[in-house]
Amino acid sequence: MATVPLAHHFRTPAQQHHAALLGMWMFLITEVLLFGAVFLGYVVYRANPALHGGFVAASEHLGQSVFGFEHVPFLGAFNTVILLGSSFTMALAVRAAQVGNQSSLVRNLGLTMILGTIFLGIKAYEYHHDWDIGLIPGFKFDKAAWAGTGVDARHVELFFVFYFVLTGLHAIHMFIGMGLLGVLWVRSRMGRFGREYYTPIELAGLYWHFVDVVWIFLYPLLYLIRH
Amino acid sequence: MSTVAYSPPKAEPIPVAGDYGPETRVDYINCAWGVRSWLLTVDHKRIALLYLFAITAMFFLGGAFAVLIRIELLTPKSDLFEPDTYNRMFTMHGIVMTFFFLIPGVPSVLGNFLLPIMLGAKDLAFPKLNLASWYIYILGCLLTLAGIIWGGIDTGWTFYTPYSTRSAHTSVMPVAVGVLVLGFSSILTALNFIVTTHTMRAPGLTWFKLPLFVWSSYATSLVVMLGTPVITTTLVLVAVERFAGVGIFDPKAGGDPVLFQHLFWFYSHPAVYIMILPAMGVISELVTAFSRKTIFGYQFVAFASMAIAVFGFLVWGHHMFVSGQSPYASTIFSLISYVVAIPSAVKVFNWTATLYKGSISWATPMLYAIGFIGLFTIGGLTGLVLASPPVDVHVTDTYFVVAHFHYVMVGGTIMAYMGGLHYWWPKMTGRMYPEGWAKAAALLVFFGFNLTFFPQFLVGYAGMNRRYASYVDEFQVLNVLSTAGASILGFGFLLPFGYFGWSLRYAKAAGPNPWGATGLEWTTESPPPPHNFEVTPTVTLPPYEYATHN
Ligand SMILES: [Cu+2]
Repeated sequence: MATVPLAHHFRTPAQQHHAALLGMWMFLITEVLLFGAVFLGYVVYRANPALHGGFVAASEHLGQSVFGFEHVPFLGAFNTVILLGSSFTMALAVRAAQVGNQSSLVRNLGLTMILGTIFLGIKAYEYHHDWDIGLIPGFKFDKAAWAGTGVDARHVELFFVFYFVLTGLHAIHMFIGMGLLGVLWVRSRMGRFGREYYTPIELAGLYWHFVDVVWIFLYPLLYLIRH
Repeated sequence: MSTVAYSPPKAEPIPVAGDYGPETRVDYINCAWGVRSWLLTVDHKRIALLYLFAITAMFFLGGAFAVLIRIELLTPKSDLFEPDTYNRMFTMHGIVMTFFFLIPGVPSVLGNFLLPIMLGAKDLAFPKLNLASWYIYILGCLLTLAGIIWGGIDTGWTFYTPYSTRSAHTSVMPVAVGVLVLGFSSILTALNFIVTTHTMRAPGLTWFKLPLFVWSSYATSLVVMLGTPVITTTLVLVAVERFAGVGIFDPKAGGDPVLFQHLFWFYSHPAVYIMILPAMGVISELVTAFSRKTIFGYQFVAFASMAIAVFGFLVWGHHMFVSGQSPYASTIFSLISYVVAIPSAVKVFNWTATLYKGSISWATPMLYAIGFIGLFTIGGLTGLVLASPPVDVHVTDTYFVVAHFHYVMVGGTIMAYMGGLHYWWPKMTGRMYPEGWAKAAALLVFFGFNLTFFPQFLVGYAGMNRRYASYVDEFQVLNVLSTAGASILGFGFLLPFGYFGWSLRYAKAAGPNPWGATGLEWTTESPPPPHNFEVTPTVTLPPYEYATHN
């Protein structure tokens, strides 16, 4: 049975739980501002008519043709579904912890991690593809490929700077989330959580949903702006 | 009562206070010995002292750059340094003082020590996070120091692009990354303070019974949490631009250098309030304690902190009147900047009204507090002058601006920091500081400060540009006065370094409440026991109840 580890400076488990939850919400607020600053920069540039052509042309390159989907950013869309699914399993895991369902908790944490791995794997494939066709700003950017297209290669490069900063920041958050889930998965198997004590699961859930929500903004902003 | 500040080492990890009788009272300092017990501590009081050491070191480093700047400016020609070296000097002075002393100063030293005690709590909500924030601070210091030693940096503390990303041949990367890392330290401390204030208050301690230092720390923490992440990502973008050689803020590649300025000042104007709000909280404590009166208009002072925090986020454009910002935007930023003056003035009026008919005693902390009120008023009023675009365009990048923000930062924040350090020194160490020496130092600081920076208003208004190693001959008299003042000021800051150290060993024991002040921190021993209170206190009275207290 799970016992509540009460730190020395708290008076009650409820106080400790409240503090932890508030702390996570506060942390997520700082995360909103962290991503918000780059979002803002990106949106300001996207709204600049001089950059519009370059950004749209660049965004079209995110819709690589896979499995015959020519004009749909298939991998981005697929990853969105994957991540939404992982939020669902994460929510189930939190619920399982709250009602003390051990096997469901372990199973859903595991599923969340599998979905997270799929997401990161696809992201890695996309990055690899970008490298192959020379879309990595500063390191392997094929300026010549844009000659004669009427698009300023430097504007395309600017788009990809934002693309990699934003998706890179998001991927770092995913890795951190996977690490957290890994630790919680092990501790769940050891029976550390239950009806009386599920704070860490709930915190990880909040974090995971937040990272998911960031992607919900990233996907349309980066992949669907061609019109 | 007699206390033994240095009892012999004990093997037990954290003994229960009282186990050893009155002669060997266990406090947070003597409860554990050795380097490990300090470097791995999660006690907020010990972490406050760790911060005190680190921040004092950075303060003297930043001060050393200031000394070199003032020596160079004794003569109109650039004779001590090459202009390139001078650029490094003022940049490193600005970066070290702003990011490593002024921003973390009051919250991480005084706030860390006091906040849980003022709330009647045993510790901050997240003690390990608190220790982590100190290590992150140290990591930021080391990165920046590496940059300073390895070539220095010459971008100005503002890192303006595209100079910082394209042209500067100095160590921009380690310093920018150091400041970025430092941001995480601020964020963790702020998060800890907010959660602690919400969840760790003692029974009976409602929001409007909180000391005003807690209110202002809370407001500061909100600003830190909402502002700092923006400078973090901005510096990430600067680092990416510089490292990868791409053009995020470079107009040639379609980027916009003014976007950098917007993002930078979105943090760095509120950062002014990160520096001054906790200082204002300290002043509220000092003014009440040494006029033995309750604060005039408690709720006004409390809400003024929150108003400053909110409006402080809406005025950043007043730094960009000459950056090609639209005149409409400038007008609005100018008007909102005037609005921020209202809550600031509310505070000044309320402190003054608190003094009225108080029984005022002129202990050292009070000298600093009175100095603060006068100097902050001058700094604030000249801020209004600068918030008006026509005047600002005229004096942009002159010493008028330099004098203005030094009146707020040094005359405001550092005066409050010093006042607070003297006021709570007996609580932190259990020892009184030597009053005579301290008063002398406070007066030296006040006069030295004014002699340093008042001439800069004049010379700036006359047209002397900031950030140049040389100037026209006509400005020399005022610059010599300024340098003379700086040497007095520097001496005034060195004195406490000596007598605080002396007091640790030789000064008389302070006892729990040497000032006869209200506030939970004065109800516990000096230095406090490891968990602050023997019994969790219950609060019934509002703060500053000097009438009922005596
Ligand atoms: Cu400002």
